[in-house]
Amino acid sequence: MLKIGVFVCWCGSNIAGTVDVKAVVEAVKAEPGVVFSTDYQYMCSEGGQSAIRQAIKEYELGGVVICACSPRMHETTFRKAAEAAGLNPYMVEIANIREHCSWIHKDKEEATEKAVVLCRAAIAKLNLNKPLFPGESGVVKRALVIGGGIAGIQTALDIADAGYEVDIVEKSPTIGGRMAQLDKTFPTLDCAACILTPKMVEAAAHEKIRLFTYSEVEEVSGYVGSFRVKIRQKARSVNRELCNGCGECIVKCPSKTASNAFDEGLSKRSAIYIPFAQAVPNLPVIDREACLRFQTGKCGLCEIACSAKAIDYEQEDETITEEYGAIVLATGYRPMSLDRYDEFQYSQSPDVLTSLEFERILNASGPTGGSLLRLSNGEKPKSIVFIQCVGSRSDDGCGKSYCSKICCMYTAKQAMLVKDKYPDIDVTVFYIDVRTPGKNFDEFYRRAAEAYGVRYVKGMVGKVAEWKGRLQVQAVDLLEDKQLLIDADMVVLAAAIEPDPGARKIGAMLAVNMDQNDFFTEAHPKLRPVESPTAGVFLSGMCQGPKDIPETVAQAGAAAVKVLGLLSKDKLVGNPCVAISDETLCNGCSSCEALCPYDAITFEEKQVMVQGRRETRRVAMVNETMCQGCGACTVACPSGAMDLKGFTNRQIMAEVDAICR
Amino acid sequence: MSFHYYPGCTLKTKAKDLDECARKSAEALGVPLIEWEEWQCCGTVYPQAQDEIATRLAAIRALDEARRNGSDLLTICSACHHVMKRINRDMQTNEDIRTKANNYLALDTPYTGQTRVVHYLEMLRDTVGFDELRKRVLYPLTGRRIGAYYGCMLLRPSKEMQFDDPENPSIMEDFLEAIGAEPVRYPYRNECCGGYVALEEAALVGELCGKVLDSARQKGAEALITACPLCRYNLRKNGSKQDMPVYYFSELLAEALGVNRTNTEPVRLEK
Repeated sequence: MLKIGVFVCWCGSNIAGTVDVKAVVEAVKAEPGVVFSTDYQYMCSEGGQSAIRQAIKEYELGGVVICACSPRMHETTFRKAAEAAGLNPYMVEIANIREHCSWIHKDKEEATEKAVVLCRAAIAKLNLNKPLFPGESGVVKRALVIGGGIAGIQTALDIADAGYEVDIVEKSPTIGGRMAQLDKTFPTLDCAACILTPKMVEAAAHEKIRLFTYSEVEEVSGYVGSFRVKIRQKARSVNRELCNGCGECIVKCPSKTASNAFDEGLSKRSAIYIPFAQAVPNLPVIDREACLRFQTGKCGLCEIACSAKAIDYEQEDETITEEYGAIVLATGYRPMSLDRYDEFQYSQSPDVLTSLEFERILNASGPTGGSLLRLSNGEKPKSIVFIQCVGSRSDDGCGKSYCSKICCMYTAKQAMLVKDKYPDIDVTVFYIDVRTPGKNFDEFYRRAAEAYGVRYVKGMVGKVAEWKGRLQVQAVDLLEDKQLLIDADMVVLAAAIEPDPGARKIGAMLAVNMDQNDFFTEAHPKLRPVESPTAGVFLSGMCQGPKDIPETVAQAGAAAVKVLGLLSKDKLVGNPCVAISDETLCNGCSSCEALCPYDAITFEEKQVMVQGRRETRRVAMVNETMCQGCGACTVACPSGAMDLKGFTNRQIMAEVDAICR
Repeated sequence: MSFHYYPGCTLKTKAKDLDECARKSAEALGVPLIEWEEWQCCGTVYPQAQDEIATRLAAIRALDEARRNGSDLLTICSACHHVMKRINRDMQTNEDIRTKANNYLALDTPYTGQTRVVHYLEMLRDTVGFDELRKRVLYPLTGRRIGAYYGCMLLRPSKEMQFDDPENPSIMEDFLEAIGAEPVRYPYRNECCGGYVALEEAALVGELCGKVLDSARQKGAEALITACPLCRYNLRKNGSKQDMPVYYFSELLAEALGVNRTNTEPVRLEK
């Protein structure tokens, strides 16, 4: 029989305050196989670990049960300790008597009883444990970055500079993302394009980086170290080898009524277009929905105009499949739709804008050429009202519960830019709170309020209404406890940000979870903030949560470091707790194959011995490197052929029996 | 489908036009309205106090009667609709109110909010259909620029009323289009008229109503429609010095359907 040692941790008072640890030590002594049991104040400390190692040697233990915190915390610690004493690390079982017991109970007697039961279950399971040996798999030394905004560009540059190949897949025709749309950046007021475009150019020119713009990830299979990714390059209708980017086609295009997404729909563009002057690659694309040639069969002026003969109406989407060791998600954000915030007249007045639209108006390449003008009549505004937290920190069911984090700062920036250029314009900002933590951030906000004379009012706006050609803003000043009625010419709404809607599809392909707001979930909110829970998939930028540019760049670098850590390995040690099929029981029904999220199960015709006779059967085979040990197949298998190593059906039942004893 | 029609008190006195035009129009549209003879006043104002049971009972009686007949309850007055809808919701979701109200009423089967409360405009949209209504119009109001005045009772609180987008509603504009008029959207169409504050502070109500009328005029409206007798009273009485006619929507409906041709000028100012 297996000789078992039991170690009960106090975790200071975390466990010992609610559970009588001595009683647990005594109670489990009579359990089958237990030859030694003890308690210790901090099992995870070096002292605790050495007690485990000594006991293993002294009592020739074949397995140990640690009654302590969640295995998510210290399973690895204890496995390593056991391994150091010559034990197979999978002969260690954890009974979670902290999160599952002491933390959630008050009554000491009941909690102690429960701790004993949890420990018994672990002992019962351990009696059926077998030593497990992990396999190894190789690492494809290349990375994929999904999303070509500042987050994706920075991650790609950092990986590439370390000498590894990176591909960037960007769905729009150019890299640059949201940052390219911005005029200035806080808190130093650098021109966004001036600091972004060098990075765009660097990424394009980098010998280790390949750009797939106007492309989308269509399918992902494989696992950490060896992902297979199908990338669809949408047809630009322009031959990238021949085009020299002269732009003559754009000048000649007669269809100039498509909504210009780069200007947030505030201007029109031609059917064949380059999103903006510094686009990378500087390669036009035909918007087939807007193109007369594609819609009516007539036209063809761009083809005539093109001296390089690069226009190709017949071009089709191309799909390529590439292999990567690591994938970084940098899918970004967008401002949320304000359809449900009509108290601000957003859909009814051209002078009510989102902050990103206002940013385009401030920008020299924007719809007004950088002149601050009302879109309703082209006149210069006399008064501008900014409203913060539109849809953020909201409990009205229409918006987001979270703080979008960047709005306080960009509102201060926009207010300051207005005041700097036109000191005669009255600028009022309505806020719930002004949140400006960050290096030089609060100083920046105070400069807007104090040096530039931006009027900050604590309170929310109830209604914006068109009134005699202007906008009447009804609001409340909470500090003075009075109602305000302000005449404005423009109203700028700091719309909450939300993850790009395309992220959901990509998340599903990679089995990366999203939170209730569709931000990707990190592996640990504090300690593993740039890793997704799926091995080999990392997070960069806004797709993980709201952040400004400095934070995004920092996180992009952190994600790159994690990727490099992975790519620098030649072999990855696998998880031995994977599914295994008993071919003598398998009836070939394929239930498991259909269910497996990792495509780890295949079927084979195989000769098997059944009741002494040799038979050819169709049986399930598990690819151990692809299996992630989720256990879905073991539940689905109707004949009980599928089992999960380390968590066999017998082990689980033994635990249940021990609990119900 | 027949409706259990709940006109409410005001429609029997000051707002007879709202009632009569609605009935005649429903008849012309083939929607039977059955009025229960024993209905009582809905209470006019939704009781905010959660332990106030007695003032909810009259509404619950009418709701229960509709349930017995297997009908939806059809309202038309904004205040009645507001009270009926919210008390019905209380009966669906508030166990305390539900238990106490049922204890009072001692019905054969307890009432738990089974009845659907439908506003006349919703009936036009969902049962008749605005497309169908458009076909039935004999005298379209072509060229008439009319603003819809929603007030607040139909729209708010929006989670409970679930009537329309509270900030940018469209059901009345769609109705106006269906009867051939040109709807005028103006920003103050969902603002409060002042309601019963008129009794205490007429000047304040005058200011609020003045703003609504002015806002409609700026956008080019020549008349307003409403579903609420109190809104109409306030707009006419307290928003004075404005020569903007304010009609009940059912008056224009009757006119368009040709069921009230003798009364195409329904402007009969209340005293």
